[in-house]
Amino acid sequence: MRLIGQAILLALTMQLTVSAFADDAEDNDIYAEFLEDGNPAEFSEINGEELWKTKAGPNNVSLEQCDLGKGPGVVEGAYVELPRYFSDVNKVMDLEQRLIHCRMTLQGLTQEEATKQPFSKPGKASDIEPLVAYITAASKGMKMAVKLEHPMEKEAYEIGKKLFFHRAGSHDFGCVTCHSADNKRIRLQNLPNLLDKKQAQKVYATWPAYRLSQGEVRSMQHRLRSCIRQQRFPNPKYASDAITALTMYLAKSADGAVYAAPAIKR
Amino acid sequence: MKKLMVLIATIAAAGCSSSTVEKDYDAEVVRLINSDFKSKGSVQIEKFVQQDEVQKLCSQDGELSQDALASIRDSQMKTVKYPADDQYLGDWEKGIKIANNGKGGQFSDKPGSVSGGNCFGCHQITKEEVAFGTMGPSLYQYGKLRGNSKEIYQYTWAKIYNAQASIACSNMPRFGHAGILTEEQIKDLMALLLDPESPTNK
Repeated sequence: MRLIGQAILLALTMQLTVSAFADDAEDNDIYAEFLEDGNPAEFSEINGEELWKTKAGPNNVSLEQCDLGKGPGVVEGAYVELPRYFSDVNKVMDLEQRLIHCRMTLQGLTQEEATKQPFSKPGKASDIEPLVAYITAASKGMKMAVKLEHPMEKEAYEIGKKLFFHRAGSHDFGCVTCHSADNKRIRLQNLPNLLDKKQAQKVYATWPAYRLSQGEVRSMQHRLRSCIRQQRFPNPKYASDAITALTMYLAKSADGAVYAAPAIKR
Repeated sequence: MKKLMVLIATIAAAGCSSSTVEKDYDAEVVRLINSDFKSKGSVQIEKFVQQDEVQKLCSQDGELSQDALASIRDSQMKTVKYPADDQYLGDWEKGIKIANNGKGGQFSDKPGSVSGGNCFGCHQITKEEVAFGTMGPSLYQYGKLRGNSKEIYQYTWAKIYNAQASIACSNMPRFGHAGILTEEQIKDLMALLLDPESPTNK
């Protein structure tokens, strides 16, 4: 799988060096051509479905009764309404927090076991990445629709927004530094203006994504962690409330977008 | 009269609740940063909770007043330390390496490793480096266009040392003031921009 990714990447590199000079060049459009032959993320989705349906953990049960917000076992359309408030835990959760919750409560895993290897590395596969690929794929074609009805959902949104604008640290960076103007790029990488609804929709609706440079499907948690690292912020804890708040702000910014992930990206 | 009282009460309640809510979110942000991030090496949580005046003002969603922007520029100009030996230009070849180095200050970087300026990340500088960003203006032919007066040297030094001294809430890091780059590194970047032999000016 990694080899396929790298081969495609090699082919794309040549195309990119030319097209990246046009400021309006969109990575996604370039990669879209390759989707005709299939996105390697599909393998991850199939793998994830199997993990979802396989009995596991000390309780030896599958995740099929996991409630992602639309009732136990409903996967279809769950992701476009996440993050959301869950009354059984009295808090707002994103997809990955909820997955951890289900693996602990249904399968009987410890927190450590349920959060082990959230991001795969060479030779160390992740169960979470394929599960995320499977669940998000089940919302393809649906419109982003986080609700912001419960007071805690509104609070998560407001906190996420503040985090987005929060400039701090050695470099004075914040999310806002790179994502508040049109047609900018870092090196050759285009930067979406997340204050612009259309751009926010396009970006949010295409994560998670199979990353050609990494040969894996990477989740929103992974994407945000990379941004936060480059912002010179401290390392965020995996599946923490701060990340969920930020995700809530971004998900709401993408309201109404037709969901199209897992996508394929550089 | 009764209507008026209701109106006043409504306005008072709205004013009161919105300011309370606003304050709470700020406190929540601090609480979450403290609980949900891990300090490592030079990347300490305290630095993200305790913003300095510039960071605090520039984190607001919306435009700042002209007075606020001017006060940022004034306070930051006072932080600029010019080179003690009055020598502004170092080695442009070293400058290219610093401009290419994007490391330093990330939680993934080895503590104590040398930080770069990552100038190419945001600026075009030389004709040879084609993988440049567009966050900042092109600096190609920077010195050729501006000449080599002491005035230009000092202006450029201040820009690299503390970008907030000329443009309040600029996206550019305060490389000298924040201690990201050493005086020697800034001299090398100055040479990259201003030395007539530098590829920037060819």
